[in-house]
Amino acid sequence: MNVATADTAADGPRGRKPRRMLSRRNIILYGTLFVVAVYYLLPLYVMVVTSLKGMPEIRLGHIFAPPVEITFQPWVKAWAQACTGLNCDGLSRGFWNSVRITVPSVLLSIAIASVNGYALANWRFKGAEVFFTILIVGAFIPYQVMLYPIVIILREMGLYGTLTGLVLVHSIFGMPILTLLFRNYFTALPEELFKAARVDGAGFWGIYLRIMLPMSLPVFVVAVIIQITGIWNDFLFGVVYTKPDLYPMTVQLNNIVNSVQGVKEYNVNMAATLLTGLVPLLVYFVSGKLFVRGIAAGAVKG
Amino acid sequence: MNLTVPSSASVSVKDLSLDFGAVSVLKALNLDIAEGEFVVLLGPSGCGKSTLLNCIAGLLDISDGRIFIKGRNVTWQEPAERGIGMVFQSYALYPQMTVEKNLSFGLSVAGTPKDEIARRIARAAEILQIEPLLQRKPAALSGGQRQRVAIGRALVRDVDVFLFDEPLSNLDAKLRSELRVEIKLLHRKLKNTMIYVTHDQIEAMTLADRIAVMRGGVIQQFDAPPVIYNRPVNRFVAGFLGSPGMNFLEGRLEGGEGGWHFAADGISIPLSTYGFERNPQAGPAAFGIRPEHIALNSGEDWPFSMTATVEVVEPMGSDTLVWLLVAGQKFSVRVSAERAPSAGDTVTIGFDPMRASLFDGEAGKRI
Repeated sequence: MNVATADTAADGPRGRKPRRMLSRRNIILYGTLFVVAVYYLLPLYVMVVTSLKGMPEIRLGHIFAPPVEITFQPWVKAWAQACTGLNCDGLSRGFWNSVRITVPSVLLSIAIASVNGYALANWRFKGAEVFFTILIVGAFIPYQVMLYPIVIILREMGLYGTLTGLVLVHSIFGMPILTLLFRNYFTALPEELFKAARVDGAGFWGIYLRIMLPMSLPVFVVAVIIQITGIWNDFLFGVVYTKPDLYPMTVQLNNIVNSVQGVKEYNVNMAATLLTGLVPLLVYFVSGKLFVRGIAAGAVKG
Repeated sequence: MNLTVPSSASVSVKDLSLDFGAVSVLKALNLDIAEGEFVVLLGPSGCGKSTLLNCIAGLLDISDGRIFIKGRNVTWQEPAERGIGMVFQSYALYPQMTVEKNLSFGLSVAGTPKDEIARRIARAAEILQIEPLLQRKPAALSGGQRQRVAIGRALVRDVDVFLFDEPLSNLDAKLRSELRVEIKLLHRKLKNTMIYVTHDQIEAMTLADRIAVMRGGVIQQFDAPPVIYNRPVNRFVAGFLGSPGMNFLEGRLEGGEGGWHFAADGISIPLSTYGFERNPQAGPAAFGIRPEHIALNSGEDWPFSMTATVEVVEPMGSDTLVWLLVAGQKFSVRVSAERAPSAGDTVTIGFDPMRASLFDGEAGKRI
């Protein structure tokens, strides 16, 4: 023992420097993180708990208390029976409307924007800079300004109040941010790859489909996430450009929660809200890392 | 306006200009490259050498001039139609494809029959010794292997002209010298015309049949490596080639009863053995001589000799560089390691002005 300590003392420190787990730095760091996490998770907790209670239990007023008697009746009612206007088939109608809006909008906008971005990044055609500037300026024009003109345009095209019209609107409004996203990604790819493909004789579509697309999975995933969450959460366009039968889930949710007649069924409202948020929530959970990367790429949709 | 192109010319560039907005990158450039010749475009970064190569490849739209390959005017043709293959600095291999798919991509785009593609890939793989790598992805290859595949991609297309854009710059020193030899062997075997862009003078000296030294979008000198090295046409070329660089003395060129001589700060170098390029005129001039053309303590009789004090000694392994002050200006002398003096020693240096280069004061042109 004595010899060993003497040796250690003589040699001085060696190897990895020991760190104390309960240092002041760690306590402050993890303490802050814990408080912030609780702050964000508490509302979600209240929603989940409330949606699993019956109305008598809710009236007791203990909003943080876990349910004494778990019931899934509010969820069933929110999905299949809640009334909005004349329809009493719950949120399910809105869910399928939202699916029918989101899927084509996401596919169409990404297909067009990726080609846009590719052309802007690699082909530098005449006027490319001007075109790009106009597109980016488009991203900063408030939606309110364009709301009514688009109503007129859609009416003239005979698309007002149809899902096709709404899909078109979503695709157009997704264009600036997605084009920027794709352009930045393709610009970051080595230019020599593009040159090599040209020397190999591939043309505009050949290079896009056979060289660029297979290399772009990450950016496509990011674009899909941004578009799905953005379009699914959209309320404004849904309420303005469609009619009650075709309302997306968000609009229907609002109509259920904000109905003024009868008793406020908090449990049904909570269940309906959670159901509506499920799709974006799932997308976030499944693709957490890639979504962060998308934000880092400078593409956050407000 | 002479439209005929020499029949032996493989690549011929006529009055080529390229402007990006107000910036002129290439200025009315002319270049004739013979069939089977290995030409190196050499110059500092930003001199336009890569730009010139991209213009020949058709990857950049030119502002003016014409480009001929094998006698065909290819000025408006797409890169793939020009009969060129190109090797890039970053290899530019398609990352999602195997080596075999990388090699066959250009051929399949062109609609070449399958058995022909297989035959050509087999030949290229054999020449470059990459047969065991054919089913691998580029990420699983080393730098040297990647560059070999990149060369193979040009090889399978059976092109007339190979263009290399700094192909060895991304490799470490050892691999670079190995692949340099391989490229030279490849050229001997294939006998294609090759145009090779580099900023590395050793690559240029070792590989080239002729070197085009470029600066500011203008070709300064286009000649065989020994000529470029020993008889540079101007001070830029003289200073750009050679490591360590040529020693320069600033002074005056003076005539007189003893013949022409160069005078600087108390010394006078007789130029009776110097081969003048043009009629000398008295005036400010620069006298340049390479470190290996100066003898140190040789004991022989040189047309010019003097004593100097050693400032610094730099051993470089194979030989040693000795820095002295001559006429108040820094001078380096290359000596074998055994004969190296120490700092502070007084030594005698001697050289023959026959091996020197004289440049005039204003334009820096060879006299």
